[in-house]
Amino acid sequence: MKNSNFMEVTFKALSINESFARLCVAGFCVQLNPSLDEIGDIKTAVSEAVTNCVVHAYPKRNGTITLRCEIEGDVVKIVVKDQGIGIKDIEKAREPFYTTKPSEERSGMGFSVMESFMDKVEVEHNGDKGLVVTMYKQITSNSMQVSNAS
Amino acid sequence: MHIKSKIYNKTLYVLLCGELDEHSATHARLTLDKLFSGSEFNQIIIDLSELEFMDSTGIGVLIGRYKKMRSRQIPIFICNPSKHAEKIFRMTGLYEIMPKIV
Repeated sequence: MKNSNFMEVTFKALSINESFARLCVAGFCVQLNPSLDEIGDIKTAVSEAVTNCVVHAYPKRNGTITLRCEIEGDVVKIVVKDQGIGIKDIEKAREPFYTTKPSEERSGMGFSVMESFMDKVEVEHNGDKGLVVTMYKQITSNSMQVSNAS
Repeated sequence: MHIKSKIYNKTLYVLLCGELDEHSATHARLTLDKLFSGSEFNQIIIDLSELEFMDSTGIGVLIGRYKKMRSRQIPIFICNPSKHAEKIFRMTGLYEIMPKIV
């Protein structure tokens, strides 16, 4: 029977919650028996998406981030959503090295890293408020198969 | 994150330990700037063997330090990156300004 599962958490858009977010998703994905490389890819992509919300979404007020992780078969779908100020030109924001905050030593590589570490990344407006980043990754290694067979 | 350092043969060795992300970036910047402000060395080697996690925030931190040291003509080298850090370094071309050494 095909795996189907999800989890969703909402937390304050604070940098201290970045490690919580990536560990939360990594812990949830363990049920697919991913390799350490795959878990590392997912943690890095989640960290980039959550950092974007923390740094850019709420310049004038405290806000929240909703992190949802879905498993369908061997595919992990991760949704990172905020209700902040959003991005006017999403295509521009996805370009490598593009940053609105060069003075803060930002690399502008967040979306490029997400695209490189995941199979597919979608960025959309969250209605008229904020941004939704959706990322997909197929877990191919199934590291437990080796030990099950032995 | 915490940072260990030592100076040996006019080289400043810096060991980054733990996780380098947005949350720890300010501490990393301040600590590295303080260490790099010394004058008893003529090159810097940043060892990442104990860095458990890094995202692209780390690139910003490293490039910022590179810019500061460039004016003093003190080169910075990277060693022992994790597989994921290596991937980010190669994507961003970081090794062109901070060469990797073995």
